[in-house]
Amino acid sequence: MFEIFGIPSQALFGQLLIGLINGSFYALLSLGLAVIFGMLNIINFTHGAQYMMGAFAAYLLLQHTGIGYWPALIVAPILVGITGMIVERTMLQWLYKLDHLYGLLLTFGLALIIEGVARNYYGSAGLPYTVPESLQGGRNLGFMFLPNYRAWVVVASLTICLGTWFVIERTRLGANLRAATENPTLVRAFGINVPRMITLTYGFGVALAAFAGVMAAPIYNVSPQMGAELIIVVFAVVVIGGMGSILGAIITGFGLGVIEGLTKVFFPEASNTVIFVIMAIVLLVRPAGLFGRRA
Amino acid sequence: MKRFLGTAALAVVLAAGTAQAQQVTVKIGVLSDMSSLYADIGGPGSVASAKMAIADFAAKNKDIKVELVSGDHQNKPDIGSQIANQWADVDKVDLIIDTPNSGVALAVSQVVATKNKLFIVSGAAASDLTGPKCNANTIHWTYDTWMLANGTGKALVKTGGDSWFFLTADYAFGHALERDTMAVVEKNGGKVLGKVRHPLNTNDFSSFLLQAQASKAKVIGLANAGGDTINSIKQAAEFGIVKGGQSLAGLLVFSSDVNALGLQTAQGLVLTETWYWDANDINRAWTKRWQTERGAAGKFPTMIHAGVYSGITHYLKAVAALKSAADGKAVAAKMKEMPTDDPLFGKGTVRADGRKIHDAYLFEVKKPAESKYPGDFYKLRATIPAAEAFRPLKEGNCPLVGS
Repeated sequence: MFEIFGIPSQALFGQLLIGLINGSFYALLSLGLAVIFGMLNIINFTHGAQYMMGAFAAYLLLQHTGIGYWPALIVAPILVGITGMIVERTMLQWLYKLDHLYGLLLTFGLALIIEGVARNYYGSAGLPYTVPESLQGGRNLGFMFLPNYRAWVVVASLTICLGTWFVIERTRLGANLRAATENPTLVRAFGINVPRMITLTYGFGVALAAFAGVMAAPIYNVSPQMGAELIIVVFAVVVIGGMGSILGAIITGFGLGVIEGLTKVFFPEASNTVIFVIMAIVLLVRPAGLFGRRA
Repeated sequence: MKRFLGTAALAVVLAAGTAQAQQVTVKIGVLSDMSSLYADIGGPGSVASAKMAIADFAAKNKDIKVELVSGDHQNKPDIGSQIANQWADVDKVDLIIDTPNSGVALAVSQVVATKNKLFIVSGAAASDLTGPKCNANTIHWTYDTWMLANGTGKALVKTGGDSWFFLTADYAFGHALERDTMAVVEKNGGKVLGKVRHPLNTNDFSSFLLQAQASKAKVIGLANAGGDTINSIKQAAEFGIVKGGQSLAGLLVFSSDVNALGLQTAQGLVLTETWYWDANDINRAWTKRWQTERGAAGKFPTMIHAGVYSGITHYLKAVAALKSAADGKAVAAKMKEMPTDDPLFGKGTVRADGRKIHDAYLFEVKKPAESKYPGDFYKLRATIPAAEAFRPLKEGNCPLVGS
């Protein structure tokens, strides 16, 4: 067994894989943000709260209706997505023509309200949720013990990310969507219902956040502040990748997960700052982000 | 008109002055984490406990008027000391109580010393508060890191856990807990193989758990609290740490954390507390009252909540004896002079260094099958008598204690 910078190679491979797994969550969440920003021009600060709502929905479904993890993976994002569409119809749609700042303030306020309400009813300590039976246990890869659930997280996240990228960048539906953001009036003239399409897009972005929330419930503490802690990091990921760039969000999500994972080995105290250091450097060198187009 | 206003103002001041002369007014401020990771172990629950202590006292002492305020320090030492300063200077608060988060508590303890107010710590854990950083205006009530290390750490080393790896929260509390536990482990013949310090509020511990796993230590000591502990234990279960033969030592685990983990994940965990809601009839009756006051039937009070009740009860007795709350040092001296006695912690004392002394209990989390009703979390493994539970007076290096 050889060593790299004083760390046994086995441990290093393990840490790289762990980084990739954590990157899956960053990728899923930043993907939703990128879709919403790219298509609606809204900086969705409610994203963290919607991620939390996804996890809470999974818990409540299990507690009150006995619906387990697998159905919740579909039901919870739909439910949370519907609340997102209601928000879009009643509030966000009036802000598209205004400065980004208004959308940011509205969604930030909403996030505080949602988290406050959750804390009021469920407290801050957290709610129990266990790994589904079919995914318990794990396998020994030789260089590390990989829990089955984590393997599932990577696979599911990669599938969803690439699927979304494909739909938006390579299909007719995606083309319409991108056209509608460029020039809504013209697209309307072709007989496409643009406002409905925008509403559905926001609902989809929110559903992605809720999906990540359900995925997180078995391994992270389900508490009202779970999203608030993550959202700042995810915003940094989106900024590094380039605001609104879907492929950028996915690649940076996974990449930064790996970098953060390595920091946890070499200098653990800095593990929650390293992403922001990278963000600062990227903004200095490429203000539009790694994959962003200059406006 | 101006003169009239001036006279009126003077009259009001005079009236207030005479009213105060007849009746002692005491103002208590609950300074806690109201909205983040420690809000369930302290927070609004501590305010409910404070209200109960005040109501019980007021029923017997009509001549002392007690007012209550509360504030949210947001786990930031600068915000904590800013509120403490404002309470001391503007709002005339005499006693600050609770304050989970050792970083904030150490800052507030400095403020009360300069303003000559009083600070009763129920929520924070760092044993430095009665060690090198002690002062005549601070009393540490419910528990501390030395007592946790001595309880849980000793029990585990004695039952064969003689090599340790620490996951430590990277701030005052984590460092203190790690230091105190390392001392206990080494004193009892164990050794420490390594440690890793993680930032407060970390989401994913898998990387640290892999390092702990690779160390081959028999015990992984979790020198963290709240959400960090919950995430560590949840993910340790996922990575098969306990199945692989290593055991986890939750050095600071509250009943609210056990609830968040679920018994399925938390079973078998050994922990030390100084108060448990289900220990006896008095505690159960108090818990019922607390749940009504808190407006949360499904929640269970932690030892911090009980400590707030007990601390205020003893404080108000001292104020009643002195007939004044103005001089923080004098009240603290009176509290140390009088033996403590309250329904929740029984009889005890407050030591010269500000350390409150009472029994501690070593608990084990029940298996899901053993738990018969909501909140039925622990079985008692041992009672650590008051004389052994806390750090000996001489070992703390507190400047108040003449050597």
